[in-house]
Amino acid sequence: MEAIARLIAAEAAAAAEAGTTTGDGLTAMGAGLAYGFAAIGPALGIGNLVGKSVEAMARQPEAAGMVRTTMFLGIAFTEALALIGFVVFILLKFA
Amino acid sequence: MSTPVSPLGSVLAGQAPEVSISRDLVKRGLFAAPVVVLGGFIADSGAGAASAGFALALVLLNFSLAAGLIAITAPISLGLMMGAILFGYIARLGLITVAVLLVKDLSWVSIPVLGGAIIVTHLGLLFWEMKYVAASLAFPGTKPNKPYLTKSRPPDKHQAKD
Repeated sequence: MEAIARLIAAEAAAAAEAGTTTGDGLTAMGAGLAYGFAAIGPALGIGNLVGKSVEAMARQPEAAGMVRTTMFLGIAFTEALALIGFVVFILLKFA
Repeated sequence: MSTPVSPLGSVLAGQAPEVSISRDLVKRGLFAAPVVVLGGFIADSGAGAASAGFALALVLLNFSLAAGLIAITAPISLGLMMGAILFGYIARLGLITVAVLLVKDLSWVSIPVLGGAIIVTHLGLLFWEMKYVAASLAFPGTKPNKPYLTKSRPPDKHQAKD
C-alpha cells in the first residue's frame, strides 16, 4: 500500500512538473475508455458473426461462397463501430 | 438423425468471393479518391487534402488485409479462419492506431479531417459496394458485369432455315 501511495505521489509530482492538470488526465482516461469500450462491442459482434458463419458453411458447404460474402461485409460493417470509437479517441486526445 | 458436423475441422475449397469484393472496393476507392481529396481540401486546405488521402489509403489497406486473411486461411481450416479473423481484427485496429499515431504530429496532418475521412470512406465504400454484391449461389461475390450472362440471347439472324 505504501509503495502504491509513493507511486501515486511521484506521478502527481511529475504531472505538476510537466504542467498537466487533472482535467488533462481525465480527458486522456475518457479517450482511452472510449476506444476500449468501442472495441469490445464489435469484437463480440465479429466473434458471434464468424462463429455462426463457420457453422453455416460447415453445414451447407455449397452455400459457402454466399456465406463468406455476407460474413466479409458483416465484419466490415461491424468494424466501422470500432473505427468510430477510434476517431472519438484521436479527437479527444489530439485535436 | 443428422450426421454430426465438426465446423472447425472443415475446409473450404474453391473461389474466394471476399477477394473479388475487396478488389472491387479498392477500385472504387481509387475512383473516388479525387473527390475524397477535394473534400479534405475544402475542409482544411492542403493538410486536409493530404489527411483525406492518407485516410483513404488506410481504409483500402484495411479492406485488403481483411480479405487476404480470410482468403489465405479458409482453404486451410475454418478454425484457423475464425482465429485469423478475430486476431486480425485486433491487429488491423492496432495497425490503424500505429499509423495515425506515427503521423499525428506532422505538419501535413489535420486530425479532425483524418478521423472524419476514415469513417466516411469506410462506410461510404461499403454502402457503394452493396449495390454491386450479388451474394447468390451462381455469383457468390460481385454481380457479373457481362449482361449476356443474365439476359436471354437474341435470336440468331443467320440461323439456317429448315
